[in-house]
Amino acid sequence: MDLYRAHVLVCGGTGCVSSGCNEIIEKFKESLKIHGIEREIKLVKTGCFGLCEAGPIVIVYPEGAFYSRINPEDVDIIVEEHLLKGRIVKSLLFKDSVEEDKIKAIEEVGFYKKQLRIALRNCGVIDPEAIEEYIAFDGYKALATVLTELQPTEVIEIIKESGLRGRGGGGFPTGLKWEFTAKAEGDQKYIATNADEGDPGAFMDRSILEGDPHVIVEAMAIAGYAVGSDMGYVYVRAEYPIAVERLQIAIDDAREQGLLGKGIFGADFNFDIEIRLGAGAFVCGEETALINSIEGKRGMPRPRPPFPAQSGIWGKPTLLNNVETYASIPQIILNGAEWFSKIGTEKSKGTKVFALGGKINNTGLLEIPMGTTIREVIYDIGGGIPNGKAFKAVQTGGPSGGCIPMEHIDTPIDYDSLIELGSMMGSGGMIVMDEDNCMIDIARFFLDFTVEESCGKCPPCRIGTKRMLEILDNITEGKGKPGDIEKLERLSKNIKESSLCGLGQTAPNPVLSTIKYFRNEYESHINDKKCLSGVCQELLQFVVIDELCKKCGICAVKCPASCIDGVKGKEIYSIRQEDCIKCGACVDACPFKAIIKE
Amino acid sequence: MKLIKEILTQDNFKNLQLAIDEHKEVKGALIPVLNKAQKIFGCVPLEVQKQISEELKMPLSEIYGVVTFYSQFTLEPRGEFVIGVCLGTACYVRNAQLIVDKISELINTKVGETSPDGKYTLEATRCIGACGLAPVLTVNEDVYGRLTIEDIPEIVNKY
Repeated sequence: MDLYRAHVLVCGGTGCVSSGCNEIIEKFKESLKIHGIEREIKLVKTGCFGLCEAGPIVIVYPEGAFYSRINPEDVDIIVEEHLLKGRIVKSLLFKDSVEEDKIKAIEEVGFYKKQLRIALRNCGVIDPEAIEEYIAFDGYKALATVLTELQPTEVIEIIKESGLRGRGGGGFPTGLKWEFTAKAEGDQKYIATNADEGDPGAFMDRSILEGDPHVIVEAMAIAGYAVGSDMGYVYVRAEYPIAVERLQIAIDDAREQGLLGKGIFGADFNFDIEIRLGAGAFVCGEETALINSIEGKRGMPRPRPPFPAQSGIWGKPTLLNNVETYASIPQIILNGAEWFSKIGTEKSKGTKVFALGGKINNTGLLEIPMGTTIREVIYDIGGGIPNGKAFKAVQTGGPSGGCIPMEHIDTPIDYDSLIELGSMMGSGGMIVMDEDNCMIDIARFFLDFTVEESCGKCPPCRIGTKRMLEILDNITEGKGKPGDIEKLERLSKNIKESSLCGLGQTAPNPVLSTIKYFRNEYESHINDKKCLSGVCQELLQFVVIDELCKKCGICAVKCPASCIDGVKGKEIYSIRQEDCIKCGACVDACPFKAIIKE
Repeated sequence: MKLIKEILTQDNFKNLQLAIDEHKEVKGALIPVLNKAQKIFGCVPLEVQKQISEELKMPLSEIYGVVTFYSQFTLEPRGEFVIGVCLGTACYVRNAQLIVDKISELINTKVGETSPDGKYTLEATRCIGACGLAPVLTVNEDVYGRLTIEDIPEIVNKY
């Protein structure tokens, strides 16, 4: 075995692939070879480091030097200065990792300091395509323990005692689900993983599959042993090609090593896994719809009960958990239920992964103990709002969640506190909005999404959300009427109560929460026909600032509606609002920036 | 854009048959087969559905129902370059709508449609999970992130 004096870790998550990390890796290979040190330095393509904003990311150990936004040209500098001469290239380090000329270890950087990584523990640390690396980090040890030392009922007991709840959004106690499936009658049972991560702005499942795919293989096998199943399905979005590829490699490697297949670890236990690709339907994240889709049908939900634990894939008892839920399982087995249940709040144990995005400095993926406040996430980890703008709201739970305003920013995050605020945990998307975002526009955006993705089976969701969207469209176009807010509230209540599945039952949440916290914005749109954030095009006015107008007349020439009056060189120009079509041509045309929209 | 008869070649149907044979014995084979068909033909027109129907012994109506339910399957061929602008939440709050509008104007094509010369298809896609780089667009397999309106003409002109 070769001994290496340094490790170069290059992030290979989707974020960094998009910023060009493959080029960086090629360049490193080439450069290490040119300098004849390819046998001294180990180059590793890892999963997501989490800080996508700073990508492509390169970390060099043993120093833990955190290089960010690396270009191919920078590679030679790192190789020549750092790897050959031992001098860390300060100018290329992530800005927060240098303090008064001292270089901070990566764990001390603001973004990572408050995090606790359980589900993401191997992401960005190991090569996801090398089973040896996973095994070196205690991989498959939990499966070995379970198969050789524990009875299935004991495994379920550990999961129950840990207090783990489903990370896909609903927050149902995982141990109970396992127990129901174990107790269900059936000659054949199935294990399924929900990796149909459809919430816009959420990418935690993808990052786990890309960065640590073996953890899912191991956890599914553990679940198979606990509930008495020998077959598992992973349902993954087709939009995640890298995740699918790495998961397939993991399954193949595990099979080759005898960690999947027959008689695993010499025990009387067989287990195998198959990947099923989604085909682009958000509703397939709902469990009964997902089961229909695995069976090759239209992905439409059906009424529950019977729950999948009794009647799931091909009518057989099925245990369905989310990717992130499974990712915590091996650690719970290894460290014990008590260790896990000490983390978090009274009713929400452990950690949760969030995808932080929108108007925030450090966009990316983070994992925090339950009970961390929203403020800590946004300001300490996220680094605050860019360009000195004011925080307005944070949206959690995707199209099923709601917007949380400044006044509740000190709320500790857990399943119940978010529901109390009219939002929900959801799968963990967290989108930050600043003063420039119009809350009605955001509510309209989510409704547009749910209308598009509603499967059409039940009328409250199919027709009701459409009517709500029409009202919101009217409001943002300046055609809002008094009484619209009340109508929205009434429709919301009815849709929530009468829809068949989670999609419809939660679809009104973005509207209800924005009405609750930002009613004044709705009122100003409806009554004053004004969008205070300057987003809703139809409600804007283009005006000439008299002091800046140089009377050149260019705007009047460019105006397609001929609604700008003035006399060249003599009289300041002005726009006739009643004829203006709000095309913005005058703003672009004015060389003195004297025309603004307000 | 390829004409439908250029797509329905013997070679493509042979490849389809291979894909069907590979999955035939698997339970729930329809969606994996359709995924392959979409890759082989670039779309899943009726002629293709008919062959799948006969081979998998499933009613055509059921197959048509599945094809039209999922957004990954299309009945008609798409443009040579598929421009997908992510309209996930993170991209939306960072003004992805303006990017879509700009591209739509540049290539003179509405969202969801293919340009008259068959070169471009413009799509507003669901979240592709590159939220850290918002706003993001893809052209076939290439990804462009941290976009501003000014970047758009250059990107479009590359293709």
